[in-house]
Amino acid sequence: MPVPEHLIIAPILIPFVTGALMLLYHERQRRAKLGLGIASAVSLLIVAVELLNRAKGNDLAGGKDIGFYLLGDWAVPFGIALVLDRMSAMMLVLVALLAIPALIYSAAGWHKQGQHFHSLFQFLLMGLNGAFLTGDLFNLFVFFEVLLAASYGLLLHGTGQLRVRAGLHYIAINLTASLLFLIGVSLIYGVTGTLNMAHLAALIPKLPEADLPLLHAGAAVLGLAFLIKAGIWPLTFWLPTTYMAGAAPVAAMFAIMTKVGIYVIMRLALMLFGPDAGASAGFGSGVLIAGGMATVIYGALGVLASQGVGRMAAHLVLISSGTLLAVTGFALAGGSPEMLSGGLYYMVSSTLAVSALFLLIEPMSREEGGIAAMLALTADAWGLDEGDEDSQQEEGLAIPATMTILGLCFGACLLVLAGLPPLSGFIGKFAILSGALDTQVALPNALWGFMGLLLLSGFATLIGLIRIGIQTFWGVDVTVPRVLAVEIAPVIALVAMGMVMTVKAQDTMTYLNETAHALLGPVSYLEGMTAAPRVTQEPEVAP
Amino acid sequence: MMELVLSLAIGILAASGTWLILRPRTFQVIIGLCLLSYAVNLFIFSMGRLTVGRPPIMPKGGFVNPDAYADPLPQALVLTAIVISFATTALFLVVMMASRGLTGTDHVDGQEREP
Repeated sequence: MPVPEHLIIAPILIPFVTGALMLLYHERQRRAKLGLGIASAVSLLIVAVELLNRAKGNDLAGGKDIGFYLLGDWAVPFGIALVLDRMSAMMLVLVALLAIPALIYSAAGWHKQGQHFHSLFQFLLMGLNGAFLTGDLFNLFVFFEVLLAASYGLLLHGTGQLRVRAGLHYIAINLTASLLFLIGVSLIYGVTGTLNMAHLAALIPKLPEADLPLLHAGAAVLGLAFLIKAGIWPLTFWLPTTYMAGAAPVAAMFAIMTKVGIYVIMRLALMLFGPDAGASAGFGSGVLIAGGMATVIYGALGVLASQGVGRMAAHLVLISSGTLLAVTGFALAGGSPEMLSGGLYYMVSSTLAVSALFLLIEPMSREEGGIAAMLALTADAWGLDEGDEDSQQEEGLAIPATMTILGLCFGACLLVLAGLPPLSGFIGKFAILSGALDTQVALPNALWGFMGLLLLSGFATLIGLIRIGIQTFWGVDVTVPRVLAVEIAPVIALVAMGMVMTVKAQDTMTYLNETAHALLGPVSYLEGMTAAPRVTQEPEVAP
Repeated sequence: MMELVLSLAIGILAASGTWLILRPRTFQVIIGLCLLSYAVNLFIFSMGRLTVGRPPIMPKGGFVNPDAYADPLPQALVLTAIVISFATTALFLVVMMASRGLTGTDHVDGQEREP
């Protein structure tokens, strides 16, 4: 096997090796750890972009290249396979794009608030990349556990009563969800005898009638585990507190954690229960549509009701994941690829904007004293020594015209999240709506309701965020916080990525259109997987 | 008979576990999670079909009659699941202890309910 073929596994190995390497450094050598972490994230980005170029073939719309990587060179479907297609390549790039700003931001002081921040961060990246790359259900479980275990540690980073309480709930809920995951996987295995996603998709239409209820039960239990992660209403009540409690760079990275659940649902639902699935076609679409719409309503009400910007940002995550779940449901019920590709565009742009917003929250509310007091308490709890305390405040370059820059970044996030022109949020929502108008689904009323909700949720976002903006930036007795350049640069970078998406909207949409077509009709995925080449040839077994 | 015993065991473990994780004390929650994970592990095991006298490990080389052997995959899955749930439960225990230390109570919300 030529070396470039092995690049597919690099997004898992790079953070794994880096995270393990960091454990060898003493906790005091944070600069070395930070350097290693950023080097790893940058190389991840380079690898991800290269993989994206490969996945899209030679031109934006034409290529149908899917990379397969058989671990240990076992034949499909017995071994574990990694699969690189347009969707997973896109998610890999998104992970790397979120990781670099979050790491740079943590250099301003957050990474000093606890132990092993950088190692945990790398393991989180490893779990995320693995979950996006794997083509096997049980391997998906393993990578989910890797990313969850890392996220438990990261959520508790900095400790404090609020974090420990939120962390306790978060861990308990995710442990239960993992058990549901296992029940679902084993039911599906019991019925079909395989765990390989492509093999499953080939077997499901051929299943005897009597086995279908068990398969559907398994798929429903499995889906429940992902829906908990995606935060569908009514399984969502853990999410706002958890996201609010996380440290800023951690919350910024968590912005993609709900998207992992959505990614798996999109991939599995459209692959296993697509139009070719015979009697099971479209299974679960009603739940996804209704649940997604309920999540959007809950998120919009939450945005209107929230007092603080942290809680509001967490509810914005809910609106985004509810919208995507409903779009997936409509795609499963026979929606047009245009609607799905609009959803994918919306997913990328809203993830970037929410991540930027989470990074903005702390500098914006710094003067209110809440965070500073919490940090002091944290330092006490950890028994950090004086040397660490000193460097906490006055280090690094503070930026001029603080309020202007903060306000501009906040405004850009607001435009994206509310879906107002000219930024990427508008294009995403517009693409969803225009795709929805072309769609002939069985439930036209639900579609109209969803379109109304999409606009209403944007309006609620606008009201909520403008209220916060007025309080923060136009207040009479505003004390200007001291914001470091390393804190604002990542926010500007994330906002700029959104702007690049807007300027390059046509290229992005062409790519995503092709992705949506591939998701809705995963022919090359399914055929490619069964024909994935092995390095060694099977020796003839004498009978 | 074996099927009945196994399904009863899974059912009782799962029911007790579910009841316990809905209780307000962290200790009850962690025991509930343990019981649930036992139930799930037995369940995964049972998905490889219940057989007697069929080892899951095949001898090397030559032609093997698959009928004479049990499905090894669910057993491998159980092994992985046990390791992972063991580790995460240990982690949960640490967080539980931290919560107890910070709040002074073992209530899952970190505060006793108002009387």
